[in-house]
Amino acid sequence: MKTPDGIQSGRVQKAPENFLDRDGISTVIAESKAGRRNFIRSAFAAAAAGAAAPMALAQGNPVPTEGGDPNILNLPEHATGLGQGVAANNGYGVPSKFESNVQRRQSPGLTQTTQASVSFAPLQSLFGIVTPSGLHFERHHQGWWDIDPSKHRFMINGMVKTPKVFTMDEIMRLPSVSRFHFIECGANTAVEWGNVAVPTVQYTHGMVSCSEFTGVPLITLLEIAGADLKNGKFVLAEGGDGSSMTRTIPMSLILSGEVLVAYGQNGEMLRPENGYPLRLIVPGIQGVSWVKYLRRVEVGDKPYAAKDEAVHYMDLMPDGQHRQYTNIQECKSVVTTPSGGQVLLDKGFYNITGLAWSGRGKVAKVDVSVDGGRNWRQARLETPVLSKALTRFNIDWVWDGKPAIIQSRATDETGFVQPTYKHLRAARGTRSIYHNNAIQSWLVQENGEVKNVQVS
Amino acid sequence: MSKFRKVILTAALLAAAGWASAQSTAYPGVGRPATAKEIAAWDIDVRPDFKGLPAGSGSVAQGQDLWEAKCAHCHGVFGESNEVFSPLIGGTTNDDIKTGNVANLKRADFPGRTTIMKVATVSTLWDYINRAMPWTAPKSLKPDEVYAVTAYLLSLANVVPENFVLTDKNIAEVQKRMPNRNGMTTKHGMWPGKEFNGTGKPDTANVACMKNCVPEANVASMLPDYARNAHGNLADQNRLVGQQHGANTAVPENKSAPVGSAAALAVTKPVAKVADPALALLNKHTCTACHAQNTKVVGPSFNDIAKKYPGKAEYLAGKIKSGGSGVWGAIPMPAQTAPEADIKTIANWLAAGAAK
Repeated sequence: MKTPDGIQSGRVQKAPENFLDRDGISTVIAESKAGRRNFIRSAFAAAAAGAAAPMALAQGNPVPTEGGDPNILNLPEHATGLGQGVAANNGYGVPSKFESNVQRRQSPGLTQTTQASVSFAPLQSLFGIVTPSGLHFERHHQGWWDIDPSKHRFMINGMVKTPKVFTMDEIMRLPSVSRFHFIECGANTAVEWGNVAVPTVQYTHGMVSCSEFTGVPLITLLEIAGADLKNGKFVLAEGGDGSSMTRTIPMSLILSGEVLVAYGQNGEMLRPENGYPLRLIVPGIQGVSWVKYLRRVEVGDKPYAAKDEAVHYMDLMPDGQHRQYTNIQECKSVVTTPSGGQVLLDKGFYNITGLAWSGRGKVAKVDVSVDGGRNWRQARLETPVLSKALTRFNIDWVWDGKPAIIQSRATDETGFVQPTYKHLRAARGTRSIYHNNAIQSWLVQENGEVKNVQVS
Repeated sequence: MSKFRKVILTAALLAAAGWASAQSTAYPGVGRPATAKEIAAWDIDVRPDFKGLPAGSGSVAQGQDLWEAKCAHCHGVFGESNEVFSPLIGGTTNDDIKTGNVANLKRADFPGRTTIMKVATVSTLWDYINRAMPWTAPKSLKPDEVYAVTAYLLSLANVVPENFVLTDKNIAEVQKRMPNRNGMTTKHGMWPGKEFNGTGKPDTANVACMKNCVPEANVASMLPDYARNAHGNLADQNRLVGQQHGANTAVPENKSAPVGSAAALAVTKPVAKVADPALALLNKHTCTACHAQNTKVVGPSFNDIAKKYPGKAEYLAGKIKSGGSGVWGAIPMPAQTAPEADIKTIANWLAAGAAK
């Protein structure tokens, strides 16, 4: 297809190695400090003064001038030929070839290795609340493995009556539960603390995913080992891979039965990238605690100050102190459509849709603004609305073709309201990296293109 | 809490209190006692109070030798490198060692934060080096070597002198000199439970206002135009059908284009992609631990190799097998033992341009 300028579309360009260089970052900061403050005002004024753009329908569904739509009149091959047989692709179905754009992706320049890195889930293309397992975000600390489950062992030791070893067969014999939960990296949205840094919701919010996990409550296994639940106030979880990731797990969540030792994800076994054959599920807590390739838990009377709670995953405050053992992912939401990098095809009706979640329980309501936070309307929460799971919201919107700034604001069942950047920066400054749950803004421009912006 | 859970919990508490049964009776036949050898093999964690720390010792000098052989190519000779990982050393002062608070952490203009600026507990360094380093051969260091490497790192930040020997006996004294030992707080509401005496409540308090909440919104920050395509063409990162398409960022934005016409820019033809089998082999044989597609990591990038040796598959296969040093830098590449056919596939891929 040709553009009006005659430029061939569909050209794929390789992402460069670094996304914003030093100069680029200064430009963004300078512009955020000095310029662009009146952008919206002048844009609104221009829209009001100028003639409304004609209703162009390049991608639309025009009434045919004569005859009819060739897609209707000329029967396609799939209506006139023989289709494919069962159990293709070695018996495991794959998405349509037309869906190849929907991929998890690395953010260029974020990390130097692929083994200690991140790939982001394509939130802009997902429906409902379940993240397809192949699109679940990835965070590895030392590369992923595909481990033979018949050789995997799970050990419990420390303050227990009898240290125990379990095989996968044994764990899968125990009474199981299946629960939907979100997992969000503590560093999700981290690059946006100071200013806008990435273009799309995949890169701003794509370190969150939601699955139905199946496994055994950790408390059951601790009880089998005769854990000292009175004096054992802390539990260490440890992975079986090269990094042997460790984290101190909150005992209150273990006692409540929420913490699971899981092997199932969305009806099948965990994917290797997500910890096959065994991982910890710690609902509401940042993803780094959901230890993959789980090999051991230890019951102790003191916290462990593991690398990922004593060097990383700590929140720097303006006074130079680090908040340590920050675990809960507080209430957050984001509009996934329309979102940065997308282009609205026309004026008229749109379904604004997005995701909301809270590490403290259920989402109680989500409000949506299309004027940058001045006025709000309550969105529809789609069922199911589950504790510590993603919740899908939708709201009707008729776009008049004028610039609009779209935001969503979630409130959870504790009454906590998702903060603005102003609230967050007042409480924590701009250097704390982790736990950025600020309200996200998307600017819809007159040409239909949507940009990631922050508002003052 | 369910009635069932209460019963089990009571049983567990009784067991902890010295109840006779060593085994829960609820799930007979599931799990077995761990042996002492098994526990010793896996229970390697070291706590801030040094519970779990094995006896041993290592000098700064021994640590320096180990460092240069096994650590420097990722972390730099002085732990300063940011080529592969964030810098470990730098940003602390002798004054910080006195106060236990790293002063540079208060400075908003200080570029970056090194490990030694952040870490409060020396046990954390020992534990992590022991369990996860070196990068491509974790858990290969003996306890004395971990002591030595830890001592060398600490000496780079003046926490211990150059002639120091770190041992399990003196490590508690070293803890008292950690530059950021007083730099942690648990006064926040983000730990569930009362173990850390946190605040128990959130630190932000937005309200769900519905009408005329803020003055007119102003855009305070957005990406500069030149960064438009920095994450690749966004048209290729959105579904081909739906109420919106992806913006074609391979071409400059036309801000005055009428809505609808701009969208036409984004339509792309779906192409089924077939990955070169060499790409899987690069991971399988952990080539990617030292080489990346576009950037120099430890060794040269695949693109650079392909540029230098177009069509020379046989030469490249030979180099992969024999290893070598000097062509790309001083750090040697070890000889590779991958199957002949795999090496050939990788060499052919490199010689043909290393297309991803």
